[in-house]
Amino acid sequence: MISHKDLKGVVFDIKRYAIHDGPGIRTTVFLKGCPLSCQWCHNPESILPQPEPAIRFSRCTLCGRCIEVCPENAISKNEDHVRTDFDKCIRCGKCVEVCPASAREIIGKEMSAEEVMAEVRRDILFYDESGGGVTFSGGEPLMQSEFLTAILEKCRNDNIHTAVDTTCYADESLVLEIAEKADLFLCDIKHIDPKKHLQFTGVDNKLILSNIKKLSETAEVIIRIPVIPGFNDDIDNLKATAEWICGLEKPCPVNFLPYNSGGTEKVKRLAHKMRIIVSKRPDDGQLRKSVELYENQFGLKAIIDG
Amino acid sequence: MTPRVQKLRQQSIEIKPFISSERAEMVTEFYKSGIPLKVSVPVCRALAFKHIMENKTICINDGELIVAEKGPSPKATPTYPELCCHDTEDLRILKTRNKTRFEVSDEVMKVYEEEIIPFWSGKTLREKVFASMDKKWNQAFDAGVFTEFMEQRAPGHAIQDDKIYHKGLLDLKAEVAKRLSELDFFEDPRAYEKEQEYQAMEIVADAAITFARRHAELALETAKNESDPQRKKELELIADVCNHVPANAPRNFHEALQMYWFIHLSVTTELNTWDSFNPGRLDQHLYPFYKKEIGRGTLTEEQARELLECFWIKFNNQPAPPKVGITEEQSGTYTDFALINTGGVNPDDGSDAVNELSYLILDVVSEMRLTQPSACVQVSAKNPKRFLNKACHVIREGFGQPSVFNTDVIIQEMLQDGKSIEDSRAGGPSGCVTVSAFGKESCTLTGYMNWGKIFELVCNNGIDPNSGIQVGPQTGDPRQFKNFEQFVRAYEEQLRYFIDLKIRHNNIIERLFANFMPAPFMSLVMSDCIKKGLDYHNGGARYNPTYIQGVAMGSVADAMTAVKYHIFDNKTFGMDELLSAMQTDFEGFDDMRNKLLNHTPKYGNDDDYADSMAELLFELYYKNLNGRPNTKGGKYRVNLLPTTVHIYFGSVVGALPSGRKAGMPLSDGISPEKGSDVKGPTAVFKSAARIDHSRTGGTLLNMKFNPQVLKSEIDIEKLCDMIGTYFRMGGHHVQFNVIKAETLRRAQAEPQQYRDLIVRIAGFSDYFVDVGKDLQDEIIARTEQNLA
Repeated sequence: MISHKDLKGVVFDIKRYAIHDGPGIRTTVFLKGCPLSCQWCHNPESILPQPEPAIRFSRCTLCGRCIEVCPENAISKNEDHVRTDFDKCIRCGKCVEVCPASAREIIGKEMSAEEVMAEVRRDILFYDESGGGVTFSGGEPLMQSEFLTAILEKCRNDNIHTAVDTTCYADESLVLEIAEKADLFLCDIKHIDPKKHLQFTGVDNKLILSNIKKLSETAEVIIRIPVIPGFNDDIDNLKATAEWICGLEKPCPVNFLPYNSGGTEKVKRLAHKMRIIVSKRPDDGQLRKSVELYENQFGLKAIIDG
Repeated sequence: MTPRVQKLRQQSIEIKPFISSERAEMVTEFYKSGIPLKVSVPVCRALAFKHIMENKTICINDGELIVAEKGPSPKATPTYPELCCHDTEDLRILKTRNKTRFEVSDEVMKVYEEEIIPFWSGKTLREKVFASMDKKWNQAFDAGVFTEFMEQRAPGHAIQDDKIYHKGLLDLKAEVAKRLSELDFFEDPRAYEKEQEYQAMEIVADAAITFARRHAELALETAKNESDPQRKKELELIADVCNHVPANAPRNFHEALQMYWFIHLSVTTELNTWDSFNPGRLDQHLYPFYKKEIGRGTLTEEQARELLECFWIKFNNQPAPPKVGITEEQSGTYTDFALINTGGVNPDDGSDAVNELSYLILDVVSEMRLTQPSACVQVSAKNPKRFLNKACHVIREGFGQPSVFNTDVIIQEMLQDGKSIEDSRAGGPSGCVTVSAFGKESCTLTGYMNWGKIFELVCNNGIDPNSGIQVGPQTGDPRQFKNFEQFVRAYEEQLRYFIDLKIRHNNIIERLFANFMPAPFMSLVMSDCIKKGLDYHNGGARYNPTYIQGVAMGSVADAMTAVKYHIFDNKTFGMDELLSAMQTDFEGFDDMRNKLLNHTPKYGNDDDYADSMAELLFELYYKNLNGRPNTKGGKYRVNLLPTTVHIYFGSVVGALPSGRKAGMPLSDGISPEKGSDVKGPTAVFKSAARIDHSRTGGTLLNMKFNPQVLKSEIDIEKLCDMIGTYFRMGGHHVQFNVIKAETLRRAQAEPQQYRDLIVRIAGFSDYFVDVGKDLQDEIIARTEQNLA
């Protein structure tokens, strides 16, 4: 086995007591970087692969401490807000350190695989009690495949259950390589229609669907459908998606993930601007109907959240 | 809920608490009679009790099945002037304050002015207590280093066990008579004291029986004029029940509940002991009656539920006696910590004790949604998982009940205190979170110790910055400390000084109660007072620990961490600079405060650096307090809970090196400082489990959950697993508030819309709109666990 001791990756969050990312109580490690640009993205801060500055303007008290410490003079102030020139910003984090209101942050941190493991191991007691483990999410964790592989191997050594939450938008060979190292895959089907998929996520779904098919033949897979009202919650798409799942050799269980508006809030804080479409949280009754549809008409196992 | 229960519950919620001067008048009348001068102290107390029980106004409320009130009618609140006498200013504040108001009629005011106050002034036990405290004690008390429960309330925290379901008061009286006849006035130098105590017990047993029979008579009389044949039958049944219990052991489920209720009223009428007096493990005590009657078909599950609900309402009809010496801002509470237990293990063999009634009681809790009584589940590894699961479903409803306790650790805690394995298994949490051997223990909580104030005194060489008075010993100018160990030594010296000060004076107060305020009724029902011929307040009970509750572990752990991290380990800034910042409440020290708040390890995040400080604080407290003798043959022990005192304690403590500003509330129980736990609930649990709970007598952990994370059955299973993990790590207790902060803010703005919003505060639940604004703010700010 190769030593991955010094391998580093960019992690933008580690969330403990993640209860909707696979079985049991889990820790979810969010890896930065994503090849898709979904218009409803829940984690827009995950898209760029490198660390990036972010500012919560609502917290800023205009004290100006950031301006004083910025070595690049990238920050200036006018009457009602602080302006940051992101082209000048070198992501040194000095402004973050001095900000008394915790308004400034650098999203994404370089961590070694061992550092990630140290965090992951902290909740082993909870995993054991609940049949949980660790989930790698993002972004697209496969974009940092070497780093991901290193951590997956360490988890296997420690007998910690692993799940990979992936878009499946990656080379088939890579997907199958990771399939051998992880215990569970959480794969999104965002839309069954390739055109719509391309229009709203920036990529075609052909590779995604073929990877899911391959994966489902060798690994345990849960299919996750982010329910975005107005985009993919129509009955035709739901049915077509269910039919596709039923066509798999081993039809996978389905989790419906209701849209939340977190992304629209988060994108305001970022330097890198993207368009986020605003939707609304799907109606609970509607979600339950979708579950019933999948269970009764298609014989699929389906739940909300997951 | 049956229409009967609905009506009684509504009435119980709607009637406003009011002060009744009846008990005060009767006690005054009795003490004026000259009898107290002619008899021994225990007999005097017994006769005072008899005078009240024979003469107080009684009532049977329309529709109720379980009868008798502490005052003349529901929500009437008696007072205890022989212990502490309200003055006219107290009564005026009670009547006019915004929160926890008590109606005080003009008549009551007049009686107080003309009769009660003139007679008791200078004679109350409270005055005796304060007269016995020296200058150093008073300085520390005034500075807010500690509080003293017994300055105005009788020691309590006793819980009833199963004996009253096997023995009536006549049986207990027969035991007393036998002991009396066996007294040896030749060989036993305490024979006279025992004789007087036994005589007092006989008097109070008869008085309680008389009290019940008065209800039987009233029931029959009411039945005569009752036109509804159904109600007439019920009243006749009530008469039969009240004639039988508490004189005799109960014969059925209904009588068992009524039996307990008469015992409850007797104990809480005798003295103003904490109303945490409660039936303890109700599912265990009632189960034999339930099983027998269900088997015979004389009781249905629905009838049992209705009786339990009538019983629940009885607790809610008794507001806690309000304090004396109150201020406008002080917001009391109507609740008095009665905590009904379900679940746990069987005393004899330690096997799973969960039964059908355990589940039925959880249903009752869920339907009643009352602040009193509170309920908890005892969870052992031996219990089925579905029991905790059921409890979590009730928790999800979001009114703070039931709290969850770890039976297996509780048993260890009691064994550690020298209790027998059977007594340990038969016990559980009483009141807030403190464990006791039910029916066999005088578990005295004597007051809170303000670790935050002690820390502040370390920083100021023993001088209280609020007054300039040298309150603590001179432990050196911290600017001269060369290393962190010196700082810790200074902290321990201050701590030791105040523990000594507290214990020395506490031992006096214990004697004052033993000598002047014996409790013959409590002694009758608590093993082994009869056997020993000793009063409950004098070491008569089988076990007699005294607790001094440590407060603000989280806040002080953060303060200690900051000192170690910034001053000694990283030398970010000097002690002089830090002390200046604390003196000015961080005015002009924004950068420093930012570092302290946002770039320093904090307790509650599963961070070894900070958590080891919590451990250190616990060990220092334990080392200096645990095992020291009290005057009742028991020992001082450690527990960590605040009720609501962390707000008062915070108000007297200046800025702390954690970045906390002067006057802000301190952390409660073993919960982290509010807002400082950012790694989610598993991290909080791990931090909280760092201290050795089995060497305490109880710890309190508050968690606030957003209802979003408890939506599905799977979510609830995961919550159960998380609690299970905390308990496997040795955690003692956890309680949850499942409410959104925005809901609370709305309730604060429009209290009239949220009359029935109940929140878990600290070992008890209360109506949110009834608590003071400072406490409301604190509940809102308490970290909303940031869950996925």
